[in-house]
Amino acid sequence: MGFDPLFAHGLNLAVWLILLVKVVIVFVIVLVSVLFMIMYERKVVALMGVRYGPNRAGPGGWLQSLADGTKLLFKEAFTPRTADRPVYKVAPYIMLVPVLTAFSIVPLGGTITIAHHTTELQLADPQWGILYLLMTSGLAVYGVILAGWASGSKYPLLGSVRASAQMVSYEAVLGLTTATVVLVSGSLSTSKLVAQQSGHLSFLHWNWLHTGIIPFILFSIAITAEMTRAPFDLVEAEEELSGGYNLEYSSVDFAWFYLAEYAALVTNSAVIVTLWLGGPNGPTVAGQGLGPVWFTVKTLVILYVFVWIRATLPRLRYDQLMDLGWKQMIPLSLALLMVVSGFRSKNNVGGSGFLHWFAQYKWGWFAIAASVLLGAFFLRAVDVGQEATEIEATRDARLHEGPL
Amino acid sequence: MRLTDLLPRVLRGFVVTGKLPLKPKVTVQYPEEKRPKPERFHGRHVLNRYEDGMEKCIGCELCAGVCPARCIYVRGADNPPDNPVSPGERYGFVYEINFLRCIHCDMCVEACPTEAITESKMFEFSFANREDAIYTKAELLVDDEGLPQQLPWEDWKPGDDLNTSAWVRATAPGGAAAMEGRQLWSAELGYGVRPAQRGQSDPTSPDYPADTDVSLRETLAPALKGVNVNGKRPERGGGR
Repeated sequence: MGFDPLFAHGLNLAVWLILLVKVVIVFVIVLVSVLFMIMYERKVVALMGVRYGPNRAGPGGWLQSLADGTKLLFKEAFTPRTADRPVYKVAPYIMLVPVLTAFSIVPLGGTITIAHHTTELQLADPQWGILYLLMTSGLAVYGVILAGWASGSKYPLLGSVRASAQMVSYEAVLGLTTATVVLVSGSLSTSKLVAQQSGHLSFLHWNWLHTGIIPFILFSIAITAEMTRAPFDLVEAEEELSGGYNLEYSSVDFAWFYLAEYAALVTNSAVIVTLWLGGPNGPTVAGQGLGPVWFTVKTLVILYVFVWIRATLPRLRYDQLMDLGWKQMIPLSLALLMVVSGFRSKNNVGGSGFLHWFAQYKWGWFAIAASVLLGAFFLRAVDVGQEATEIEATRDARLHEGPL
Repeated sequence: MRLTDLLPRVLRGFVVTGKLPLKPKVTVQYPEEKRPKPERFHGRHVLNRYEDGMEKCIGCELCAGVCPARCIYVRGADNPPDNPVSPGERYGFVYEINFLRCIHCDMCVEACPTEAITESKMFEFSFANREDAIYTKAELLVDDEGLPQQLPWEDWKPGDDLNTSAWVRATAPGGAAAMEGRQLWSAELGYGVRPAQRGQSDPTSPDYPADTDVSLRETLAPALKGVNVNGKRPERGGGR
């Protein structure tokens, strides 16, 4: 802690109260955004299906998710006989709590003064903010695994086994691409990240350009897989698993899973905006009081893209999922991490632009050349493996054709 | 498949879904706007009557017998001599259709020897419990004008009684030698008496059907003089 001017004069009752209010506000933001997000997704998916989407409950149908949620809460809470009851009951909360807390480190931009106490529009600003994000996304997998395991049923178990492999695989990419951001900005603190991405014509300072766009794309793909959203939603493949890890859950417990899923979507979009798209910085100059507006706009765009992806791409096969993760994204992000660290070896001060790094520093160039070579080697190795598999497949196919 | 092969295809997919929100919506906002129903639409049943108000049902239970869903329950009874319900010896004392089971196959309509049961184009059922799904004679019987009763929850549109599934005569065509077996579609619910079906092969023959699409009422208009029947189809708008 410590960057927030709120704590400059020590802790007293007013500070505690302000802190409490902030906690409640962040909590409410996440919950309301979940209600909003469910409708937003349904509306956008409907638009892409040339439909209207839900338009009956409330103005324009925007109260539909509230109605659905209310109905869900009043349904019977059923526990299967074979369930491991304590774990079964705890699993939804293990899933929910990290997701809800993750939003607390997202800076919404600027400061606000309440009763002579100036405070940042950010609940917590730890120096290890990004690590905290990675931790929460890593914890979510426990909720999935425990839910599937404790249900005492085959399909949820299969779903959670898939989920564990998938989430662990893509966490590597997530970590590696986040490391490029950390290298560029030179800090793990989210508020410093945002400050780093501000300045005149600030969109040129945003990290997705600074790191060379590809890490941003890799991060987005990885976080989609991490959330087990389409097209990586094998965890909830209805056709194969009749529902997924949350199959045996009903009523409130199921509502928590649903809440966690969409809260994760909103939080992770906010994280993408914070890490890669300048957070609350406007496209030309920093902040200027419009921080929260810019932040909301950017988050909405990212959410739209997530829904767009869901409306477009079919679900991957499991081997395709693993191939994409291990054979393509991990080598690529490793190579990119090395490229970025090559550039960074020139400048140890954060905030230097991508173009600045073309300054001549031979060790940096060595590192870049080495990483490009290594990356090419990785991809080549993957290609060779792929070809070998294909040759094998054609040979097998010929064998099955019978005598020539 | 390699990433390089995959990417252009994926991007093309995004272009497709990206354009779709700009297109006009295909959704029909159901209770406010309704699509026209197709000809011979199989909706809920009606029990028809003759011009003089007599019921056509004779309680023979053929409909119940042929029903594949076993959703019809009929009990015939002898007509009271002083106040007969139907022209024959017996009448449908109890007539019930369970619309939770009915599959609207129209086999009851085909089986009926007197054109007593036909299907309207109304399909808007609304039950709050299983008992309400069983329609009795009180709901099924047509009114004095020969038109289906408009039940409180049914949304009636003009033309719902036109071009209905109706009754296709499956019985002998009255011995006409020119009859070729092509059955004629009456296209209406089955109010009143239908003239005997005539032959079809020779257009010059007097037996050749004049115009099968003409309403039965209009065909019968000359013969029905003196009978209290409205010559015109009454206007029954969408109102309740």
